[in-house]
Amino acid sequence: MPGPLTATNDFVVKFANVNGSGSASANSLFARSILRMGVPVAARNIFPSNIQGLPTWYEVRVCEEGWLGRRGGVDLMVAMNPQTWDRDVAEIEPGGYLFYDSTRPIPESRFRGDVTVLGVPLTRLTNAAYSDPRQRQLFKNIIYVGALAFLLRIDTVEIERLLAEQFESKPKLIPANVEALKMGWDWARENLQPLGLQVRRADKVGDRIFVEGNYAAALGAVYGGATVCAWYPITPSTSLAEAFTEHCQALRLDADGQANFAIVQAEDEIASIGMVVGAGWNGARAFTCTSGPGVSLMQEFIGLSYFAEIPAVIFDVQRGGPSTGMPTRTQQSDILLAAYASHGDTKHPLLLPMDPAECFEMGAAAFDLADRLQSTVFVMLDLDIGMNDWLTEPFRWDDARRLDRGKVMTAGMLEAGADFGRYKDVDGDGIPFRTYPGTHPSKGAYFTRGTSRDPYARYSEEGAVYQANMLRLLKKFHTARDLVPAPVTRAAAAPTPLGVIYYGSTTPAMDEALAELAGDGVHIDAMRVRAFPFPDSVYEFIAAHGRVFVVEQNRDAQLRTLLINEGEIDPSRLTAVLHFEGAPITARFIIDRISALLAAPEREAAE
Amino acid sequence: MTYIAKPQFHHPELPRNALGFTRRDYEGRVSTLCAGCGHDSISAAIVQAAFELDLEPHRLAKLSGIGCSSKTPDYFLGASHGFNTVHGRMPSVLTGANLANRDLIYLGVSGDGDSASIGLGQFAHAIRRGVNMAYIVENNGVYGLTKGQFSATADAGSKSKRGIVNHDNPIDMVSLALQLGASYVGRGFSGDKSQLTPLIKGAILHKGAAFIDVISPCVAFNNHPGSTKSFDYVREHNEAVNRLDVILGRTPIHADYEPGTVAEVTQHDGSVLKLRKLAADYDASDRNRAMAYLQERQSAGEIVTGLLYVDPDSSDLHDHLHTAATPLNRLGDAELTPGSGALDAINASLR
Repeated sequence: MPGPLTATNDFVVKFANVNGSGSASANSLFARSILRMGVPVAARNIFPSNIQGLPTWYEVRVCEEGWLGRRGGVDLMVAMNPQTWDRDVAEIEPGGYLFYDSTRPIPESRFRGDVTVLGVPLTRLTNAAYSDPRQRQLFKNIIYVGALAFLLRIDTVEIERLLAEQFESKPKLIPANVEALKMGWDWARENLQPLGLQVRRADKVGDRIFVEGNYAAALGAVYGGATVCAWYPITPSTSLAEAFTEHCQALRLDADGQANFAIVQAEDEIASIGMVVGAGWNGARAFTCTSGPGVSLMQEFIGLSYFAEIPAVIFDVQRGGPSTGMPTRTQQSDILLAAYASHGDTKHPLLLPMDPAECFEMGAAAFDLADRLQSTVFVMLDLDIGMNDWLTEPFRWDDARRLDRGKVMTAGMLEAGADFGRYKDVDGDGIPFRTYPGTHPSKGAYFTRGTSRDPYARYSEEGAVYQANMLRLLKKFHTARDLVPAPVTRAAAAPTPLGVIYYGSTTPAMDEALAELAGDGVHIDAMRVRAFPFPDSVYEFIAAHGRVFVVEQNRDAQLRTLLINEGEIDPSRLTAVLHFEGAPITARFIIDRISALLAAPEREAAE
Repeated sequence: MTYIAKPQFHHPELPRNALGFTRRDYEGRVSTLCAGCGHDSISAAIVQAAFELDLEPHRLAKLSGIGCSSKTPDYFLGASHGFNTVHGRMPSVLTGANLANRDLIYLGVSGDGDSASIGLGQFAHAIRRGVNMAYIVENNGVYGLTKGQFSATADAGSKSKRGIVNHDNPIDMVSLALQLGASYVGRGFSGDKSQLTPLIKGAILHKGAAFIDVISPCVAFNNHPGSTKSFDYVREHNEAVNRLDVILGRTPIHADYEPGTVAEVTQHDGSVLKLRKLAADYDASDRNRAMAYLQERQSAGEIVTGLLYVDPDSSDLHDHLHTAATPLNRLGDAELTPGSGALDAINASLR
């Protein structure tokens, strides 16, 4: 039997709670206090589609080395939920620790012999100190944070600072929280010993920030000049619209307190995208945020945006599909749905952010792209990035940057005699000029429709006219390859026939897996794809490697399918590595899977 | 047909409005609808209304859904931007367009299939939000483009051209609009342009959600005996509660009516809606009584027309959202992008 685990700044703590019990803010306090000690953490919520009473977990990976993916496994379980006790206890690594509320006795048989058990009578302590039921519930959480601070040697000064910042506007609450914190800390000091797992002050966080992708994307939309947001509540995208509302209230009121934005909670996703298309047609930057089921409903309008050439931005915060699927679990399973949304021949640019910093950057860039391309642009987040706080580079903005409104013909240009053909390719890039409604008293008006039309926007059912327009749209899509963010390539330390392609929230797990595989002598060149359409460099990367793994979080290898389809790639050259059980992918999973594929005969591995 | 160019020449002495435009300047392409279609009369009334209101054509945006009625924006106001959107979804597109630029006039044109069947939800929500628009439903009780199926406004008991009797209850869009809070509600008949034109003028000038249901017989599929949307049937059962005159603020008002027979309503922009009463006890300022009256007359088999309700103190979606006066589509980088300083403060709050 192994002894108790010992590790400094490298372990995983998991909190098992009941949702609605107020644990989220206490757990976040725990994670942030470690960050304040200069030690990176990766924190993830695993929560049900429910408001109160069901199990919820919060997983904190403490990692001085800086790996921010899920590690897998649990070293310290904070088991606060009797409903999930058995599976929570079973999940602890051999030699790990079990922290629980020992107020009521639990039979011996429900513990494990190979873990260190830390019983703290949280309910008894809380009931003795507080009479109000809500206070009892909330302060119980703070008390366990205090006890954990003692056990893991987290500096309580950092926690007190965080409490002071959190309750800055309600300072009366600060002493009460600090008192609860001390109560837990004191009890642990009197009754327990610090664990083999320790937090030690380091300097590995730098100027990074700790933030959700939805918050970041919404801020990107503000900086990208979005003024109209139409949305319909759906997990996991709701907090994006809510964050946009908050950001606008803080950043977009004019001197008279009037709104330089308009946010409408629509009656459904169809109306949401309809409003976005209407606003985009009329020259405002507009977006909606949704998840897979919403994108399914929006298909018809996305086709209109494509064919009538109207800018629109959709933030798709992906969740587990199909149908209602797993609404509170993460997946990258809307790639094909978004790339080819709507009937007929259509294709749409996708941006694939890897973390909240890129959610901000791409959230802003999407509006320039949509205006430039006069088409729908998707920003593909997922629940893992969107709804979890990630340690990420700070948001950056170049004040010299100007919004790119694309090809808009002005009254002056019309007056100067410009020949305005709404669907005329004047520059050879497939992108026509448009006018905003109301531009000029007698010039530049046109009729927008989803039916076939000629370069001057006149209705036409002529085959040659239709076909020329469809080919121009394809040319425009090719133009997009040079406008979207380029892939990021990282060469292995040694020449290798192996390559890996990945994207989005897989990135932190991939970074860690690549480092570990390299340590074991397995060298793989890596390419992180950041957008669709794919530039030539993606196909060149595939051609330059004998075998390319495509790592993604869905069942059907959707990015791999898109690569095969768009690049006419021989499918046997791309080996799928797929994780789709709903929890974020881990480095351990990638390493195991790639190692197994490399060990297996080629034929089997290609399947 | 659309590929036949419409001749531009016109009589040199056609009357001109205050902007110097003739009525022809408000026309569009040649209609492709059936000869005698009620919808063409509505297009003509829209042209007349815009001409009489001295509208700058480019300050109006016309939006529609899909169907015969939704094709009509191509046939009027050719100098205005138009948008033929998707079936049943014009209201959301119009809402978005209105959010982007509050300074234009928005005219939504739809049909009973487009707004009462597939688009009933969007119709309802655009009305209840108080989107500043004139929303016209060209209501013929059938699907024309797909050749004569009943729509959701067809009356129970009415008979299709092929002799099939409709058993489903009809949706009355006027009652719905009233219930949903439309602040200007009228019903007209495509066969009575002199009644319809002022209804459209008032709707265009109205601030907030203005809705007009226009009974517009389909000559191809719903103009036979047994139909309750035929020219003959509507003429026989039309009960107009009032006649509307729209008087622009700058026009002096002449009082040449019998006392007690005229109600005047002054709208936000100063225009005056002068209502000559035909039904002595009808009060167009009382929403609840209007609803009751409609139900009562409908049960008696009558089609009530006229300006049925108006709230001169109405508000619109922009009022509710506290949107700035400058249209959102005219804001520049300085108003839109907060800059790196603001971002530094946000970063600091996230550490």
